[in-house]
Amino acid sequence: MTDLSQPPVSPIGQPLRRREDARFLTGAGQYTDDVVLPGQSYGVFVRSPYAHARIQSIDTSSAKAAPGVLAIFTGADLADAKVGGLPCGWLIHSQDGSPMKEPPHPVLAQGKVRHVGDQLALVVAETLLQAKDAAELVAVDYEELPAVVDVATAAGAASAVHDDVPGNVCYDWSHGDKAAVDAAFARATRVTKLEFANNRLIPNAIEPRAANAQYTRHDDSYTLWVSNQNPHVERLLMTAFVLGLPESRVRVIAPDVGGGFGSKIFLYPEETALVWASKRVGRPIKWTAERSESFLTDAHGRDHVTTAELAMNEQGDFLAMRVKTTANMGAYLSTFASSVPTILYATLLAGQYRTPAIHAQVTAVFTNTAPVDAYRGAGRPEATYVVERLVETAARDLGMSPVDIRRRNFITEFPYATPVGLTYDTGNYAAHLDRALELADVAGFAARRDKSKAAGKLRGLGYSCYIEACGLAPSNIAGALGARAGLFEAGEVRVHPTGTVTVFTGSHSHGQGHETTFAQVVAARLGIPVENVEIVHGDTGRVPFGMGTYGSRSLSVGGTAIVKAVDKVIAKGRKIAAHLLEAADSDIEFENGEFKVAGTDRKIPFGQVALTAYVPHNYPLDKLEPGLNENAFYDPTNFTYPAGSYVCEVEVDPETGRTRVDRFTAVDDFGNIVNPMIVQGQVHGGIAQGLGQAMLEGARYDPESGQLLTGSYMDYCMPRADDLPSYQVDHTVTPCTHNPLGVKGCGEAGAIGSPPAFINALTDALGVRDIAMPATPERVWRAVNR
Amino acid sequence: MYDFDYQRPTDAKAATAAFQGDARYLAGGQSLVQAMRLRLSSNARLVDLGAIPALRGIHAGGGSVTVGAMTPHAAVAASPEVRQAIPALAQLAGWIGDPSVRNMGTLGGSIANADPAADYPAALLALGATVQTDRRTIPAEQFFTGLYGTALLPGELVTAVSFPVPQAAGYEKYRNPASRFALVGVFVAKTAAGVRVAVTGAKSHVFRSAELEAALAASFTPEAAKAVRLPVAGMNADLHASPEYRAAMVSVMASRAVAASLAR
Amino acid sequence: MNVPISLTVNGKAVEASVDRRTLLVQLLREQLRLTGTHVGCDTAQCGACTVHLDGRAVKSCSMLALQAQGRAVTTIEGLAPAGELHPMQAAFRECHGLQCGFCTPGMVMASVQLLADNPNATEDDIRCGLEGNLCRCTGYHNIVRAVQACQSGQVGSTTV
Repeated sequence: MTDLSQPPVSPIGQPLRRREDARFLTGAGQYTDDVVLPGQSYGVFVRSPYAHARIQSIDTSSAKAAPGVLAIFTGADLADAKVGGLPCGWLIHSQDGSPMKEPPHPVLAQGKVRHVGDQLALVVAETLLQAKDAAELVAVDYEELPAVVDVATAAGAASAVHDDVPGNVCYDWSHGDKAAVDAAFARATRVTKLEFANNRLIPNAIEPRAANAQYTRHDDSYTLWVSNQNPHVERLLMTAFVLGLPESRVRVIAPDVGGGFGSKIFLYPEETALVWASKRVGRPIKWTAERSESFLTDAHGRDHVTTAELAMNEQGDFLAMRVKTTANMGAYLSTFASSVPTILYATLLAGQYRTPAIHAQVTAVFTNTAPVDAYRGAGRPEATYVVERLVETAARDLGMSPVDIRRRNFITEFPYATPVGLTYDTGNYAAHLDRALELADVAGFAARRDKSKAAGKLRGLGYSCYIEACGLAPSNIAGALGARAGLFEAGEVRVHPTGTVTVFTGSHSHGQGHETTFAQVVAARLGIPVENVEIVHGDTGRVPFGMGTYGSRSLSVGGTAIVKAVDKVIAKGRKIAAHLLEAADSDIEFENGEFKVAGTDRKIPFGQVALTAYVPHNYPLDKLEPGLNENAFYDPTNFTYPAGSYVCEVEVDPETGRTRVDRFTAVDDFGNIVNPMIVQGQVHGGIAQGLGQAMLEGARYDPESGQLLTGSYMDYCMPRADDLPSYQVDHTVTPCTHNPLGVKGCGEAGAIGSPPAFINALTDALGVRDIAMPATPERVWRAVNR
Repeated sequence: MYDFDYQRPTDAKAATAAFQGDARYLAGGQSLVQAMRLRLSSNARLVDLGAIPALRGIHAGGGSVTVGAMTPHAAVAASPEVRQAIPALAQLAGWIGDPSVRNMGTLGGSIANADPAADYPAALLALGATVQTDRRTIPAEQFFTGLYGTALLPGELVTAVSFPVPQAAGYEKYRNPASRFALVGVFVAKTAAGVRVAVTGAKSHVFRSAELEAALAASFTPEAAKAVRLPVAGMNADLHASPEYRAAMVSVMASRAVAASLAR
Repeated sequence: MNVPISLTVNGKAVEASVDRRTLLVQLLREQLRLTGTHVGCDTAQCGACTVHLDGRAVKSCSMLALQAQGRAVTTIEGLAPAGELHPMQAAFRECHGLQCGFCTPGMVMASVQLLADNPNATEDDIRCGLEGNLCRCTGYHNIVRAVQACQSGQVGSTTV
């Protein structure tokens, strides 16, 4: 029995256990490969074994005659049908004003194949085994061409990945005030310089990509089940830019999705080919990537080489930063690729600091490797690595404490307009730094180091004070920077006659727990039990619109859209309540789930107002429509700026070079927190991926042949439970100033802040200036034995 | 995978009789089924040994421990007989793959496959084990002949391996961080006939290190092993380790294996 | 060509006809429509396919269905009676040991085996014992806590 004398505890800030877990824990989840449709057929792609080759001919005759084969399609078939190429959603201009090079990105390769795994035919058969057997019978005559593999040498290489982009440069972009930076460097008495790579990564969500496309003759429509992070975006890109269909004829369903981390944002050739082919074959077609196929064709992440310099005075004040980066686009421009090493990167080079002049120059190149696009953090891990490695190294160069040099340069007055285009609304960097120092027991480090030394081990400590821009994004700013889409979010709140609520959100949950946290937000605002709120996502047939989940945007942008819709519901509810209570609209207050006449105890609960809206007998029908169903679109006025302080402590076994993370401390400011349990889980997962980048992972291609050497888990080193410690996580709060929830987003922070913390700790332990990521045991051993 | 004919005999005699033409024995399948899935391996007939109880089991006695060819790694790791007689062997078995792989993977399957980074070959060679087949016995020295190569004739069925109990033994494995196979694995055994040191993962197949055996014969200490500089020639080079690093890690793992054997 | 197979799955006798090449995970997912067991890789490393075979954890992608002839398989769907959660499942929910849920069935099956074999497992034992199961979402921190909660009996509600 609810104790009505106590105000109900708001679910905001409560670590409610997740509603999603009931199905995931009992094997009742529905992931795309779980779906089998009546009349199901199976698709297998024929893929290039070469990194770069001209397609002389494709002979499908034996394959077509193989048992169970229903159809085989090649690039020529799609060209005949006028199917377009896959679009890039962000237009970047070079320094000379010319637009970036956008060579065609065909759904099935035509003329040339440009990376190992590039698909050039789709085989459809009754069973998967028949499709695989037939795919082996497709005879392709290739003329092998020299492969361009290494990001550092692609620009100006003799071989052109795209014939109409000789020299392989997609764009040559810059940002910031070069003159001011050059002047500052000329005056500076101290310059710290580093050259390093940001190693190429493969996202490896544990659920491989999958799609199942079905055409229905009855209304000439399509349904696509696909493992994807943004079904409406997927639909828009596919229908408007590639297949030339009205959006309303295609329903995209992204059901339970087993992780995305960015890799499932993009429009890929596979699901596009399946949708197109499903009408021609007249049967639903199902495809699920094998892991080795995923390795070759999922968008990879990172892959920069950078020269970075920080100019200072003798006291350690930062005067200017200069950054030159070459970034790999891979063989084709993926959906967001061009924005990752530019807009999402250079604009974060101020970090948490008052550096007055910053300039970045970024050259993006094509190579005969898989396309490279956003992966957890997307540009912000790369930027944070530059800033935090420079800052820590600068401290060592100056003989200053790495904590003191940061404090000295922290931004302390907000809002703060950085010299790289962003205005930070609020923050308190000293607060999380202080807490991190305490939680990490930095004071006790010296004693721990001595103990390690006595046992023949090396111990080191490193910091990373990161900031990111997320809550993507204010559409007008994004558009001015080259985005070809809007980045608002949409939410619809449908109140049922019995007072329960269904929310349709354009956000997508693939691990983030939105079904629980969004319900907490809505329940808190309406003063109804959390169990009475249902969250629906992932289906364009049920959710009117959305831009999806990435860039730590769901709660800040998606949540705000929902809040605005809820506020419209409350506003309408006020009018209904005013009528029922025979008071003026302006005299009605809404609190704890009840509409009250101000200054009296006359009140009506939300549920009764809801019922009245649908049974409008005593109702102002002359002024107000019945029903209680509102939607809202929300375009944020700024990015949000989560920030934090991370401390990493490592112990190295000099005999083998093996490095153990002894402790990892993360204190983040995500603004207000709706569900601390879920937020901490996001930080844990991000840290694991960041430590994975720094210690273990790295996608490698053979520099001559372009073969992917790390093509399976046998060679690509995924972090396992015994590679990682438990983490120490806490948070501070400066609420976001420009959304009603005061939230900043938390999904990417762990992956952004952790790599430089680790490398700073390791270089401290080894007494070296720099070490490359991943810092494998052999690299460490060589550094120890130099 | 490609299609095959499938036989599931219930005794060893029926198994060897069923091995006709282009055939292969299926033990735990932890290597073979994966290879078949990736279409890297294909035979016209598979003879599944999983229904032959006589091929499983562990017996200790007469100065040796005999392990049936179809005994899973988990059983060897947990066996009181092995833990008592040759604890280093139980430890090695407990480090193969991961717990689920250890419930299916078998001794016979592992040595017949002779992966250059498999763990068991180091134990067989260091302990001077004897492989029993359906037709003869093969000493470990003659069993492992090259990269994925063994002395087994077509259709020859491994039935058991007999491990002489050493005076002392230790095994240290440096795990490949990605695959968790042995980047380098060193088994050190002090036997009546002297010190034997077998190294897996470092070259194209398991080998005995003359340099380490000589050093340890003179002084059976971790320091003596650590000081040995192995020749780099023939050491594997791959994404995960250069020949120089591998050579250095052989000495380090050997010294740790010696320390482990002394600690027992 | 199809051959007959009979085995027990989640306590029920199953008679089926399978292509010889069928992996155990394919029999479970495709013919028996027990889609809780997942396929995440093709080199037997991710562990998303982990089930129990005669009470022992195995990777169902690394064996032919025919190798399970006459044996008993338990999948995530059969770990607890309908409407109830096994203490390990309850502990995972209590401790937020899952996010996207894809690795979860295999992780739970492996964890149940881990504690059955080693009821006094330390944190190191748990982390090593889970080396055959990859998770990309949780960073493992809460998975370890979930196994420890199950170990100590503090698992929260066992109703679905």
